[in-house]
Amino acid sequence: MSIFAIELAFWQQTIIKMVVVAAVIPAAALVLGYVFLLKMMSFMQSRLGPMEAGPHGTLQLLADGLKFLQKEDIFPDKADRRLFALAPVVVLVSTFLLFVALPVSPEGIVARLDTGIFYALAVSSLSVVGIMIAGWSSANKYALMGSLRAAGQLIAYELPLVLAVVGVVIQAGTLDLQGIVLAQANGEIFGWGAIGNPFILTQFVGFAIFLTAVQAELTQPPFDMPVAESEIVGGYQVEYTGFRFLFFFMAEFGTAFVFAGLASVLFLGGWYFPGFDT
Amino acid sequence: MTALEDAKSQLSKALGEDLLGAEPMPTFGAVTVENLMIRVRREAWVKIGETLRDVLNCKWFDFLSAIDWMESPFGRQLDTEQDEEESFTAPPPIEWGILGGETRLQILARVRTVGKSADTQLGVILKADLPDEEPAIDSWASVYPGSDWNEREVWEMFGIRFDGHPGLRHIYLPSEFEGYPLRKDFPLLARKVKPWPGVVDVEQMPGLDNEEEENVTN
Amino acid sequence: MSQTEQLSYIAGQAADARLNLELETDGMVINLGPQHPATHGTLRLVARLEGEEVVEAEPIMGYMHRGYEKLAEVRTYLQVTALINRIDWLGSFANEVPFILGAEQLMEIEVPDRARWIRTLLFELSRIANISLFLGEMGLQLGAVTPAFFAFRDREFVLNQIEQVTGGRFHPNFDRIGGLKDDLPAGWIAETKSVMKRMRTFCDEIEDLLVGNEVFETRMRGIGVIPAEVGLSYGLSGANIRASGVDWDLRRDEPVGLVYDQLDWKVWTHPDGDSFARYWVRVQEVREATKMVEQILDGLPSGPIMAKVPRIIKVPKGEAYIQTENPLGAMGYYIISKGDLTPFRLKIRSASFNNISITPWLLKGTLVPDIITILGSLYFILGDIDR
Repeated sequence: MSIFAIELAFWQQTIIKMVVVAAVIPAAALVLGYVFLLKMMSFMQSRLGPMEAGPHGTLQLLADGLKFLQKEDIFPDKADRRLFALAPVVVLVSTFLLFVALPVSPEGIVARLDTGIFYALAVSSLSVVGIMIAGWSSANKYALMGSLRAAGQLIAYELPLVLAVVGVVIQAGTLDLQGIVLAQANGEIFGWGAIGNPFILTQFVGFAIFLTAVQAELTQPPFDMPVAESEIVGGYQVEYTGFRFLFFFMAEFGTAFVFAGLASVLFLGGWYFPGFDT
Repeated sequence: MTALEDAKSQLSKALGEDLLGAEPMPTFGAVTVENLMIRVRREAWVKIGETLRDVLNCKWFDFLSAIDWMESPFGRQLDTEQDEEESFTAPPPIEWGILGGETRLQILARVRTVGKSADTQLGVILKADLPDEEPAIDSWASVYPGSDWNEREVWEMFGIRFDGHPGLRHIYLPSEFEGYPLRKDFPLLARKVKPWPGVVDVEQMPGLDNEEEENVTN
Repeated sequence: MSQTEQLSYIAGQAADARLNLELETDGMVINLGPQHPATHGTLRLVARLEGEEVVEAEPIMGYMHRGYEKLAEVRTYLQVTALINRIDWLGSFANEVPFILGAEQLMEIEVPDRARWIRTLLFELSRIANISLFLGEMGLQLGAVTPAFFAFRDREFVLNQIEQVTGGRFHPNFDRIGGLKDDLPAGWIAETKSVMKRMRTFCDEIEDLLVGNEVFETRMRGIGVIPAEVGLSYGLSGANIRASGVDWDLRRDEPVGLVYDQLDWKVWTHPDGDSFARYWVRVQEVREATKMVEQILDGLPSGPIMAKVPRIIKVPKGEAYIQTENPLGAMGYYIISKGDLTPFRLKIRSASFNNISITPWLLKGTLVPDIITILGSLYFILGDIDR
């Protein structure tokens, strides 16, 4: 790691990387949650949204997070306590693992893997396991139905997600995410190489499929059957309170952030900015 | 009016002896739909339902309920001083409403034709006497499925059994509830615990502000 | 076969049978409610599921039963109106009208013209307030949050208008035997006209947002189809039965003491009978109601708003049944009076009770998400079921 032009020992690098990843995910969840969940939705619904905590309510989610931490940690009577406690961690860990392969600059990558995209897709499906554990261990029919729906949906949309990525991989000729960015940066559009060759130009169908499938993976509307609030009342999250619920929330928006990053890496040229040397 | 007479003659032809009485419901003012009120024998309840549905085309089920004609043994429970003397005395003799009656409990139901044209509008209100001991009547669930829930309500509120009903379960009250709340001899406990303060809320009519103008009638 | 073979065969069969018994899966019984976001109130639905398919569903109510029929027997007529305001709490004024009309029938009171017109006016305003909320709520039940906010926003204007006249947003208690409590306030008519224009815009907005939206239509069309014959025999009324193609509206066919026969309006029906039809008919009904309100505002006659009535109201001996087309459907009061201060018996026929009684029939064989759609599109209010 030489972004700061300082040579660091391996253990120092590792600590820095861990801190960065551990900070980025909550921060990403906060930013996305604030912008889309609170503000954009409010404006669409002709209301202001949170306005009190911080300027324009920017600190609302921090306040909410603190509130969640203070909440009583409730275990349902018949729940399998250990699995119940484990489930949100599994879901959150799959989000953390996703970050590992995401390149943010020529050197800014936690671990450059030869099979980066393969790894990313593989760990992203780990969250299904967590969701199934959550639904089953809650000892709640709504949670069970929600988790089964989630499993069905996530596994079903995994396939189009992978197929959309395959086009990019073939064009780039590598599974390495850093390599995919470089392939786009060094590419040429009919001999004109000023902006490289973002794969969205050739893979626009794949891009659309990728976005749709990601939406379904994140169980966001209109693919929100697993958490359908009006019928199964939040699905697998129904019995979770306090910081365990916060874990699910962070995982959801953290994953949204990583998938946005992946979409950018795969189709929009990643960190490469025209005019700067790679 | 002609539709009403027509319906009446059709009913008496189809039902014969089972029809104990039929007359149009008295109305006042601009009421466009006239209700035919009939009193029938309870033994023919299902047959009457089928006749109404098939012959008179009264396809729409309105409601099914019951009336307890006994005077309340607890008085009106409106004015405490007056009611304290009256309460728990023997109830006065029963007075029935339109078309009379013979027993304390009567079934009350209504069905109606539907449609656009003005001369097919006909509502039929039915009454049927029930025996005092073990009041029971046949269920309409096979004729008008909508009567299912209404019968459950009547069963728990009045204690009237419906023979042939698919499942007489409690609908509003908890299943361990005892007694039949809408019968007149079921006390309204709220009024026993805290009697009503009396009629104090007579509102001043607009334009009348003097006490001497009380009881203006014309 | 030797005896050992026979015995082993029997033992094998028994083992198989035991295994089958152990592997046999039961349906899951799921409890929707009494606290559930989609039942707006305390309706509880016990559904036996096979996978996500409903085998049997049984609504259980009574969590809010208040016993109005019994309570009315010890209350004067004026006090009863305060009770029956709470039946359909979103369109309260409409609950009072048939009761008051029934009492007037028995007392043989001729109501002044202006009072009849204003009654019709407030009746339609409460219809708009009630159904416009449904239009938004339906989206919410299918997962679209935004229409609900629009509905709450615009309904507020209608409630403000009702409040200016009656003093109450939800429970006006404004109707009196013989007329109305008060006349309209100054400047109200012009304001109401602009509100009606706004409500029509709201209808357009809702149509833009939901009707024609692919997700919305897929989840509504063909879901919960009620054939007209079945609907009639279950006693369905209002928009629920008009959505099944029955051209029947009590406002047109039985305008008891209100002035609908003097207005120019149309009864909307839809041939499909599914959830979407019920939604669509209600959208048109709100639109039609805004037009009716405008016509009433233009044609409002002058004169007194109260007939001469005795100060202490004793309703003469007799029986009356009056039914009107309330926002939720046909609502009727069977009043039996024995010449006393209180009704001898009051049978309340509320629309939602019959409307919802079709659900065990309707929900058989549907999927879990469709339960919500069907319950939502039948549009019930718990106070109207439990009374």
